[in-house]
Amino acid sequence: MNVGVVQFPGSNDERDAAWAVRHLGGDAELIWHGATSLGSVDAVILPGGFSYGDYLRCGAIARFAKVMPAVMEFARAGGPVLGICNGFQILCEAGLLPGALVRNAGLRFVCRPQPIVVERSISKLLDADKGEVLVIPVKHGEGRYVAGAEQLKQMEALGQIVFRYCDLDGWRVQSANPNGATDGIAGVCNEAGNVMGMMPHPEHAVDATVGFHSSDGAAVIGGLLKSAVRV
Amino acid sequence: MTVAQAASLGLTEDEYQRIVETLQRDPTVAELAMYGAMWSEHCSYKSSKIYLKTLPTEGPRVVMGPGESAGIIDIGDGLVAVFKLESHNHPSFVEPVQGAATGVGGIVRDIISAGARPVALLDPLRFGMPDEWSQRHLLAGVVAGISQYGNSIGIPTIGGEVKFDPCYGGNPLVNVMCVGIGEAAHVQRARAEGTGNVALLMGSKTGRDGIGGVSVLASRPFDEEAEAKRPSVQVGDPFTEKVVIEACLEIARRGLLVGLQDLGGAGLCCATSETASRGMVGLDLVLDSVPLREGDMEPFEILTSESQERMLAIVRPGDVEEALEICRTWGVLATPVATVKGGGNLTVSFHGDVVADVPARSLADEGPTYHRPAARPDWIDDLRASDPLALPAPKDFGEALLELLGSPNICSKRWVYQQYDSIVQHNTLEGPGGDAAVLRIEGTPRALAISTDGNGRWCQLDPKVGAAHAVAEAARNVACSGARPVAITNCLNFGNPEHPEVMWQFSEAVAGIGEACIALGTPVTGGNVSFYNQSGSTQIHPTPVIGMVGILEDASKRVGIAWPNDHAVILLGETRAELGGSEWAWVAHEHLGGTPPALDLDAERRLLFLLAELAENDLIASAHDCSDGGLGVTLAECAIASGVGATIEAATDLDPHMWLFSESAARVVVTAPTRGVILEAASKAGVPATVLGRTGGTHLRVEGLVDLEVAEMAATFEGALPLLLS
Repeated sequence: MNVGVVQFPGSNDERDAAWAVRHLGGDAELIWHGATSLGSVDAVILPGGFSYGDYLRCGAIARFAKVMPAVMEFARAGGPVLGICNGFQILCEAGLLPGALVRNAGLRFVCRPQPIVVERSISKLLDADKGEVLVIPVKHGEGRYVAGAEQLKQMEALGQIVFRYCDLDGWRVQSANPNGATDGIAGVCNEAGNVMGMMPHPEHAVDATVGFHSSDGAAVIGGLLKSAVRV
Repeated sequence: MTVAQAASLGLTEDEYQRIVETLQRDPTVAELAMYGAMWSEHCSYKSSKIYLKTLPTEGPRVVMGPGESAGIIDIGDGLVAVFKLESHNHPSFVEPVQGAATGVGGIVRDIISAGARPVALLDPLRFGMPDEWSQRHLLAGVVAGISQYGNSIGIPTIGGEVKFDPCYGGNPLVNVMCVGIGEAAHVQRARAEGTGNVALLMGSKTGRDGIGGVSVLASRPFDEEAEAKRPSVQVGDPFTEKVVIEACLEIARRGLLVGLQDLGGAGLCCATSETASRGMVGLDLVLDSVPLREGDMEPFEILTSESQERMLAIVRPGDVEEALEICRTWGVLATPVATVKGGGNLTVSFHGDVVADVPARSLADEGPTYHRPAARPDWIDDLRASDPLALPAPKDFGEALLELLGSPNICSKRWVYQQYDSIVQHNTLEGPGGDAAVLRIEGTPRALAISTDGNGRWCQLDPKVGAAHAVAEAARNVACSGARPVAITNCLNFGNPEHPEVMWQFSEAVAGIGEACIALGTPVTGGNVSFYNQSGSTQIHPTPVIGMVGILEDASKRVGIAWPNDHAVILLGETRAELGGSEWAWVAHEHLGGTPPALDLDAERRLLFLLAELAENDLIASAHDCSDGGLGVTLAECAIASGVGATIEAATDLDPHMWLFSESAARVVVTAPTRGVILEAASKAGVPATVLGRTGGTHLRVEGLVDLEVAEMAATFEGALPLLLS
């Protein structure tokens, strides 16, 4: 199972994502942002970081990277694509996912272990059941998910909302929302379920000896590996 | 040129005469600016070097000591750790966000200069009291600057300190430590060698920002005109830094480098003269080749600009094209600007004219050396005579403990470190909040343990003992994680060296550091001196900050501060009635007086050895050192970290508040399933050990003194800083 991790200038978590894939038994290769083809990959990760510095809106420049048409083609053909943090921002900017990510409500960067609850969704990139609470780190300054009311209603109806922020017991209390995201949304997928974006970093939660000492991210990275077989 | 012009660059009349003697003529404008920058206190260490020379710098693991960009130690398997601690105090006061951000950028480039990938940042910070609006503004700005820059370049910030004292109100301390890991075979030297080799200037274009940074900002005290110094503060561009890091590491990996140095204080002038001087060569520098932000810059401006995110790489002529190609791939601007030549002169040309032609050594290594007068301050005897043991004891010991847990210096710094990405690069075994940060060394079973420590109040009472304690505490913190301390770097933050009292404090502190480093076997691999930390007539407390690096041979044996349920609680070390400069004396009585706790370096060494042994043999479940706030706070922090209480017996002849809050050194609280084996090991190691009680329950009970619910202590501890800053 070969996962391509796209490396933009300013990406920070590309090595971490590749390491997490390998840690869970998959193969991973870095794909340079200037490439025009993805080569022979079974799944794609757009990793976290600050692509091109993110001095403009996050992900606004990365969506025009040379590699992006190939990523969009891969997604349209049903290939599994996971956007993490900056990758989620890029997928929204590229129109592969609905909504947008704006400055945290607290106006400060936040890095902490974050419980999220798995919603009933059509995401094909997940190895977890509805109602499960996963502890996966967040680390971002612009992770507040926003979308129009109509759009949210439609996403809810179609099962496109994959994760919501919650406390350790699964309650969606206000204090558990790290960035003021609308409806506590932490991750969404497209209408086909093969493209998913999330602010929390599952690649930083596959080995409980490091980071915030959780391995719950395996449900996502492992899910991506399984989906690559299915699609 | 006149002496008056020289003075405006911070040069004295004597220094001007020295330049004339060196050159056998009057200097040009560009030359004078170069000497002004390179002979500044910040670059030349002219007041401090006679003392720094006395520090122990050699040890079995030291690969490179002071003198290059950063210190390097051998960490096994052909790998090295590269580390350095530096200050960005004055820029951060003038412009907190950019000052702190560019402080991070600068120290990171020092690590890259050695060919290592930066793997960790730690930030020791000092501010005035947080009940003042201006101090909250500074803290928020500095933390935002570190957060924006450090997070953007993908280096985890895994530790540091935040402390408050009124003496820092007009002059905060913003120190940054960076640690890198590289291959011993690819260690780079910051030197130019080989006639005909080419110096490439990589990274940002050169602008008018930061001109005079080292001489105007860093090497003079603050006065009413501090605001007007803002143009001397540089603006950071973390994205450029990130791609410069990647390009430099790739060039190093391919073996294309002869030498590599960052451009920091005194910019291109410093990088060219230092690399030439170290390599004992000359350089022909063509300023017309330097990419500029503004076309009409004068030669002296191009030479001394402190524009950020720039590196100077020396490569062989045949490798220039490959190096440039790597830079193009990463989108990094790179331009050949100088050629290595024989002799030893740095020759600078502009528009076909030679604008400067000076011996590189005279700039980099042959600057003035001062034996400034040093005198023990008169006030110190009065300060020491003010006996903290005479302070009234608290009526309610539980209340007193809670008050300490909620005080600015002791409370949780989560509000700060939650803004730092502490987990990127997936090697953080222990992030901020514990005794030492612990970082896995990928591809090996080992880990690095790192701690930064400094106690300004103790140094105010006794700079020698206080500074030695900083080394001992840093070593103890590293040992609490199970590691063996290996080497230190330091950042020596002091007041105005032109005051004999400050010079006395400095000389005493350096002596203390030297003594402690010899006793503990942790040589000094480098460091940084920050003088002129003065605002108006107020000098900061002498604040040497120590950055200690240790090695854990087996990362799986690391120990944390959280204690498990139903374990014996044992105090290693002895508690004496020592409240001088303590947190309790300050919080309860705003008292600073007496003497620091007694220093016993032999006891410290025995304790370090014992801790490593206990951890390596899996005998302890947790370890936490006793420092600010004493034993009471240590017990509370262990309980808060785990959510598990304890029942403790206060078997002591001391007054209860002295037993609870004394800050006697060489003490650590450990827990273990059974006490016998610990007591035996301690006795064999010559470390006093006392069984205090057992963990369990929801309360921390110290019989007859304290009975507090762990949840209540946690709420106070965690809630204090957000409340203070709101």
